[in-house]
Amino acid sequence: MNPVYYLYLAALLFTIGATGVLIRRNAIVVFMCVELMLNACNLAFVAFSRLHGNLDGQIIAFFTMVVAAAEVVVGLAIIVSLFRSRHSASVDDASLMKL
Amino acid sequence: MSPTAVHSLWTTAADPISKIDAPKIEYGQLSPTLIVISAAIVGVLVEAFVPRRSRYYAQVFVSVVALAAAFAAVVGLAAGGYATTKGHIAAMGAVAVDGPALFLQGVILLTGLVAVFTFAERRLDPEAHGNRVDSFAAQAASVPGSDSERAAVKAGFTTTEVFPLALFAIGGMLVFPAANDLLTLFVALEVFSLPLYLLCALARRKRIMSQEAAVKYFLLGAFASAFTLFGIALLYGYAGSVSYATIAQVVDGSVRTVDPALANTMGNDALLLIGGAMVVMGLLFKVGAVPFHMWTPDVYQGAPTPVTGFMAAATKVAAFGALLRLLYVVLPGLRWDWRPVMWAVAIVTMLGGAIVAITQTDIKRLLAYSSIAHAGFILAGVIAMNPDGISSVLFYLAAYSFVTLGAFAVVTLVRDAGGEATHLSKWAGLGRRSPLVAAVFAVFLLAFAGIPLTSGFAGKFAVFKAAAEGGATPLVVIGVISSAIAAFFYIRVIVLMFFSEPRPEGPTVAVPSPLTSTAIALGVAVTLVLGLAPQYFLDLAGQAGVFVR
Repeated sequence: MNPVYYLYLAALLFTIGATGVLIRRNAIVVFMCVELMLNACNLAFVAFSRLHGNLDGQIIAFFTMVVAAAEVVVGLAIIVSLFRSRHSASVDDASLMKL
Repeated sequence: MSPTAVHSLWTTAADPISKIDAPKIEYGQLSPTLIVISAAIVGVLVEAFVPRRSRYYAQVFVSVVALAAAFAAVVGLAAGGYATTKGHIAAMGAVAVDGPALFLQGVILLTGLVAVFTFAERRLDPEAHGNRVDSFAAQAASVPGSDSERAAVKAGFTTTEVFPLALFAIGGMLVFPAANDLLTLFVALEVFSLPLYLLCALARRKRIMSQEAAVKYFLLGAFASAFTLFGIALLYGYAGSVSYATIAQVVDGSVRTVDPALANTMGNDALLLIGGAMVVMGLLFKVGAVPFHMWTPDVYQGAPTPVTGFMAAATKVAAFGALLRLLYVVLPGLRWDWRPVMWAVAIVTMLGGAIVAITQTDIKRLLAYSSIAHAGFILAGVIAMNPDGISSVLFYLAAYSFVTLGAFAVVTLVRDAGGEATHLSKWAGLGRRSPLVAAVFAVFLLAFAGIPLTSGFAGKFAVFKAAAEGGATPLVVIGVISSAIAAFFYIRVIVLMFFSEPRPEGPTVAVPSPLTSTAIALGVAVTLVLGLAPQYFLDLAGQAGVFVR
């Protein structure tokens, strides 16, 4: 199987994630879309790793997973604290500072 | 079949363990980062084991000692010649120890030290139930306005976790401008971003606004770092490596061994151009350049003011350091492609920041837009693509970070019943009521505007000179025009402070403890010294301005 197809898939997933970040309203869903983008990056890393025949890309995929996990911890803490104070996780409601 | 032959069918002899080379880590050269990160871990342990009553003192002590020790280590390394002749790449190619890295690390550590002073300030807010409080929430987990929040305030809780969080952020920032491969760059980016997201959410007053700022910063920051990561993946695909040196060689075409896979991907310019653009985009987001600046005003306004000052100063230093290294070390072979784009970014950043700042009515938002305009001025130096470009950017960053810290420290002093009085109308007549504070703030505003005898003038002059020598004269003209626009609103604030009648119900100026006074005094001192006698520091930046490859 040609590794290039995996790159197309990675680019597709990344685009779906980016579109989701831009059009969804719920902060949790937006965040899930960011995670989808990170996973698309992982797929690209692993596919390139196979293409080049070196292990760097696979090692980086592990780093990405750890970073994504840390990001989930911080992100959910922030989103949950905002949700508890205003009973809404919609990013459109967060407009106290609009000019 | 002999027994030994049968045996060899079942197993194969393992290579001797000694064949795995232990990585060679130059601990001495990495000591600034190691000191700060270990102090952050000590800070976490302090939170776990030290009684609540003495945590604040323990945390402040650990942070100040660690930052001072790390700064001493940076000075030691620079004095040992690592900034000039002995500059090299440490930690198996992951981290560069060279002039720009050490210079920026020194600036970040000093900024961090001053920021820790403003974090530790406990005299500005009125005492709550007999306890002195700082600018951070009593308990971040309690819902604003709830019983649990009142109980936490009554019990005198304070969020002393801000000190280890700040140390982790500083640790990441130290690595960021020194990162010498794309993986280290990404990990450092996240290590300094994640604590900053949390710090933004911790304000004591206006908590919902602060949490909102944190959500915005977090979602947009995570979005931008996902773009950076995909860019890194594409660059890795292009060059088959994430090391800066290897990518630069592949871009130049000077790489020695080309296997068939690399020969295939090397010919694919789309990977290089899209990948490079996405990585640069992530860095431009962090510096707050115009198409990616949307988060800046909201986050600067909502975050606790000491955090805003820290973020505005140190993040910009770290991110510009990383951007310089990326453009000068990895992608110089691509400069005919990135220079026009960066020209456009610099122009819209300078003009956009300066023009939108005119319409602002909140002092923190005003400073946020001014920081966007300053990002544009620094970008003009980055584009110069000559040795003066590097040294002028280094000098500008050092000058700018102290002005910013000082200005935000002054903002924490002007208060009314609701906390800080950030609306500009409340600053009217401040110069009559408290001339000293207003005069100090005027010095910072003049430095932002780039008036001679302040550090802002020396920095701007150096950057524009480098840009003009690098063939970017139109950029300099636009830079001077937007400086003039920016000077208008800085001067307007000064006029408002000194030449309008104070309102009867206007804000009061709190008397700070020596901590904030030190921060402001240092800001003024650096602003004036760099403005009156910039030559020594320009020479220092000039000596430090050579990247190691």
